[in-house]
Amino acid sequence: MTGQFRTAKGGRIDRAQKLLFSFDDVVYEGVQGDTLASALLANGVHLMGRSYKYHRPRGVLSAGSDEPNALVGLYRDKARYTPNLRAPCVELYNGLMADSQNRWPSLRWDIGIINDALSPLLPAGFYYKTFKWPAFAWKKYYEPFIRAAAGLGRSPTLADPDRYDNRWAHCDVLVVGSGPAGVSAALAAAESGARVILCDEQAELGGSLLSDVQANIDDQPAQAWLAGALATLARHPRVQLLPRTTAFGYFAHNMVGLSERITDHMAEPAAHLPRERLWQVRATEVVIAAGALERPLVFPHNDRPGVMLADSARTYVNRYGVKPGNLVVVATAHDSAYRAALDLHAAGVKIVTLADQRPSPSGPLIDAVRDAGIPLRVGTSVTGTGGGTRVRWVSLSSNGVSSEPVVCDTLLMSGGWTPSVHLFSQSRGRLRFDEALQAYVPGQSVERERSAGACRGVFGLAAALQDGAQAGAAAAKAAGYASARANPASAVGGEAGTGGWLGLVPGASPVKAFLDFQNDVTAKDIKLAVREGMRSIEHIKRYTTTGMATDQGKTSNMNALGVASGALDTPIPQVGHTTFRMPYTPVTFGAFAALSRDGLFDPARQTPMHDWAAENGAVFEDVGLWKRAHYFPKSSEDLHKAVDRECVAVRQSVGIFDASTLGKIEVVGPDAAEFMNRMYINAWTKLGVGKCRYGIMCREDGFVMDDGVVGRMAADRFHVTTTTGGAPRVLALMEDYLQTEWPDLDVWLTSTTEQWAVIAVQGPRARDVLAPLVEGIDISAKAFPHMSVAEGRIAGVPTRLFRVSFSGELGFEVNVPADYGRAVWEAIYASGQQYGITPYGTETMHVLRAEKGFIIVGQETDGTATPDDAGLTWAIGKAKKDFVGKRSLDRASMKGADRKQLVGLLTENPATVLEEGAQLVAGPKQPVPMTLLGHVTSSYHSANLGHSIALAMLSGGRARIGTSLFVPMPQGAIKVKIVDPVFYDREGARLDG
Amino acid sequence: MLIIDCPYCGKRPEIEFSYGGEAHIARPLDPAALNDEEWAAFLYARTNPKGLHAERWRHARGCGRFFNAVRDTVSDFFVTTYKTGEARPDATKKASA
Amino acid sequence: MVDLISARRLPLADVPPLAATALSMAPLLPQARFVLRARPAAQAAIGQALGVALPTLVCRANVAGNRAALWLGPDEWLVLLLLPDGGAETLPAAFAVAAEGAPYSLVDISHRQSGLSLSGPQAATVLNTGCALDLDLAAFPVGMCTRTLLGKADITLWRTSETTFHIEAWRSFLPYVWQFLQEAAREFLV
Repeated sequence: MTGQFRTAKGGRIDRAQKLLFSFDDVVYEGVQGDTLASALLANGVHLMGRSYKYHRPRGVLSAGSDEPNALVGLYRDKARYTPNLRAPCVELYNGLMADSQNRWPSLRWDIGIINDALSPLLPAGFYYKTFKWPAFAWKKYYEPFIRAAAGLGRSPTLADPDRYDNRWAHCDVLVVGSGPAGVSAALAAAESGARVILCDEQAELGGSLLSDVQANIDDQPAQAWLAGALATLARHPRVQLLPRTTAFGYFAHNMVGLSERITDHMAEPAAHLPRERLWQVRATEVVIAAGALERPLVFPHNDRPGVMLADSARTYVNRYGVKPGNLVVVATAHDSAYRAALDLHAAGVKIVTLADQRPSPSGPLIDAVRDAGIPLRVGTSVTGTGGGTRVRWVSLSSNGVSSEPVVCDTLLMSGGWTPSVHLFSQSRGRLRFDEALQAYVPGQSVERERSAGACRGVFGLAAALQDGAQAGAAAAKAAGYASARANPASAVGGEAGTGGWLGLVPGASPVKAFLDFQNDVTAKDIKLAVREGMRSIEHIKRYTTTGMATDQGKTSNMNALGVASGALDTPIPQVGHTTFRMPYTPVTFGAFAALSRDGLFDPARQTPMHDWAAENGAVFEDVGLWKRAHYFPKSSEDLHKAVDRECVAVRQSVGIFDASTLGKIEVVGPDAAEFMNRMYINAWTKLGVGKCRYGIMCREDGFVMDDGVVGRMAADRFHVTTTTGGAPRVLALMEDYLQTEWPDLDVWLTSTTEQWAVIAVQGPRARDVLAPLVEGIDISAKAFPHMSVAEGRIAGVPTRLFRVSFSGELGFEVNVPADYGRAVWEAIYASGQQYGITPYGTETMHVLRAEKGFIIVGQETDGTATPDDAGLTWAIGKAKKDFVGKRSLDRASMKGADRKQLVGLLTENPATVLEEGAQLVAGPKQPVPMTLLGHVTSSYHSANLGHSIALAMLSGGRARIGTSLFVPMPQGAIKVKIVDPVFYDREGARLDG
Repeated sequence: MLIIDCPYCGKRPEIEFSYGGEAHIARPLDPAALNDEEWAAFLYARTNPKGLHAERWRHARGCGRFFNAVRDTVSDFFVTTYKTGEARPDATKKASA
Repeated sequence: MVDLISARRLPLADVPPLAATALSMAPLLPQARFVLRARPAAQAAIGQALGVALPTLVCRANVAGNRAALWLGPDEWLVLLLLPDGGAETLPAAFAVAAEGAPYSLVDISHRQSGLSLSGPQAATVLNTGCALDLDLAAFPVGMCTRTLLGKADITLWRTSETTFHIEAWRSFLPYVWQFLQEAAREFLV
């Protein structure tokens, strides 16, 4: 096919550079500079989509991001399919493949059109009213049916192979929109020396200037002036120009989100470039120059392909060199459509009639139309169209009298202009209804921003240039550039017109008179909503879904408001308006995710011994951001077999475990002991240098927050350990008290979590393994008893050696500077070979500690357990007058006999392993809901004991030891015996090996 | 995302900060002297105002310091920030961008 | 016994340095690092013992020879000593003498963190992929240092020249930091 609707000359296209593309598998030719919409129009294709609800045939309505109809899917390859793109925003490239949406089997013959025939049965609220009952039918029938029938486009099923980028940026003045107001604002701000970012959603900067072939600016054609202005801006080192970049959201404190499309317009996207970039711009001042949106006229069948917005048609002719049709009727309520008629006329398009619904329009544009010999009918409105999938005729009506149908192939319409107040409104600025303009315009600002040009109701080229220059200068001044001046360019032509209309055109029926094209909402639907009792515009919006589609009501909002205002018999300002939400246009998930995917989704924290564990077959588990060795399976072992073997090996000989992830805090200063006394429930004053203590920390509310072994390295230095997950919050809580409650204490806190690699060596042979490697420390049982710590060397490396045990066996924890962790681990492992030293993971560590009844904070405790509940009363420094949490522990309710307390559980069948989280009840036959007495917190098979074990928090638990309870499960209740939580070596005889 | 003026480091993005609840609630010097009601009030009772609120922030990903701020809970704009230990400033002026 | 030098495995030991006109990136050499906390009374003496005055200006670093002190907080400095392994072992004792009983805290974190050097005309732009601070020279001049975030990792960022940044992070976050910057740099490496 050829572009038989291409004009002879003109436009910002390169006619020599031909591009082939396909739409619904038909191949067409376009040229460089085309959009998909302009290229299709050049080939005479108006039918570009089907509507969402009624599947009505739809043509392209606009030439910009307000397009509600021409939604297409773009296919690059199986993983690169992008649905719901607006055809006027898709830049054409060679080989582009697009398809239409919402149709089957084809765009022209769509079975879903049956919904249109049924449309009298599908009024607003139809779904709410119909699919209410019976209740079971919703999930079973209605929802699957509606989901299958509805939906806009389809999403690709493969992972997105493209890369996305993020950029934090700062500037003095951010200018949104690069039409005459935006470019002027950027120039004024840039000349003052301010750092400026100018962004625009379109491929080229220039906005409405790109469609202007008549006006002059500073005695040059508008587009020549634009080229010069942009070149000036580009030369400024402190100006960043961002085309293809949509300001989609305005956030608190002048943070504006921009979405930049970098490679979508390329036939072969460069591999080194990200597809899109999310800009998070922090601007000292913002100038919004977002322009205005043309409103459709509302009349029956105003959605037929071939019906377009008048100024969009002007853009297609002037910017893209495309005639929307050969026989054009123009219907308007505003002067600006006259300009479109004139430009089309000049390009050789026959204007059959220009119908102006105003009784006596006047002004230079009207005179010019008359002078051009274009037939003008005033006081005449458009009341219908006919012709299937393309307009063939329109009906006009004057004073309630319909004329004979007027034959045409295209209808251009204009209901006037709506200032684009989206960003301003998102910034929480108050809108004001301008009676003269019949439009909402920016009122009181909240953020440091100002609007300029058409988006605040300042229309006309000269006024926009001046308003923009003033806004740019004022913004630069407010940002601290005192010298900023506005030197606006002067313009001839492009005068502002007058007129405008909201809602149904005079004399038209509301049936099939579409307000919201994308969501198929008609004037009749709004009237119905009002009749059914909706009063608030927010309710009308939700009941009818007007303005709720991906175009966010850009073309429909004000017309819907006009209809609602009439139906409610209430002036528009009292009806109010709905909330403008971000994003202004859809933003891809990829842009929001940016680099946060795959390996960069989260930091994967690895210990210094990680690679050794991986090389030795470890299976890892996530603990917070850490990768921890979960278990070390041999050949075909599963988790249980491996853990059984590891558990037995530790108790029978010796095991080696990577405990590096434990949190560590160095507490240093003359008041270190006093600080520890205040933070922990334990007493620290008398803990000797070289000794350790198991410390428990409560929150001020008396509940256990964290625990860990603390070693005293010197009178003024403690080596504090915390749980793996608790490290940051323990340090934060300590800093909180230190900085805000006790700033007089001479003590400081430093995280040393990652300074030390920690190698736990546990088992009766632990001392034998370490002895040959240790220098400078006598690790004999007598000289280095349980809960000792000393500094020396191991394998030639400096160490802080702890004699501690979380397994109940003779145990050491070897702390070495992290970069030596692997070397020391390997030295210990080699030394342990003669004892069959067994590497073990976190699962075995958990089983071993459960056999000993040691709690894990966050597993046995849940933020509501006191030290006493957890069986830790012995740890409380009884003589201390105060510590964090002490006063709360003195409350009567914290000592109740019925509090949940730590106990052990044994099942009758030694092979039964209880479910963690399962509840404990007195009798399994009681009616539901049962009285819940407690819950299982830890549960394992113990290979060392030959039966299962479990820990539980049980109401009045200690008094119930020796009794039996039940764990109700779907398969039946399991009887359990309540026992002491220490299952293994109650006397602690094994601690000395 | 808010911009917060750390009294030490100056204006920084909100992601560097952690929130610390209402300010100027000092831990009693002798908690044992409080009865249960008084202690519960210290632990849990907060003013939660609509309007100006003195609150604690910590420049956790920066200098690490706790400090106080007066923020308008309606507009989310700050009136002022000040160091821990300083008295709550007269914050009658309106918060603004 | 282990040979200390050869046994040491730095967290970025395996990454190939990146070198292009727009950008280059290389792991830092091992250096001794301490976190120093002290009240004003002890600061001058400690600075003397250290051989470089502790900066009192917010977010600024002082450098003297192979020693540097970076302001991290009003009573907190990161002390960097580009010395051979073990070369800083006498530092704690020297501090103790200098402080003459005035309280302070000195904690060795030589293995807690390490870092990389990022340089080139695109260094600031690449950093701004994950760092929310204004890195314009006026806002973040040469000599400025601070803790901040890069993506989801805490970093210490220090501008050592107009186009060079010294970046430190805790060792388990370093591979993330490296990969993040590498990914961010891709469009500048053609």
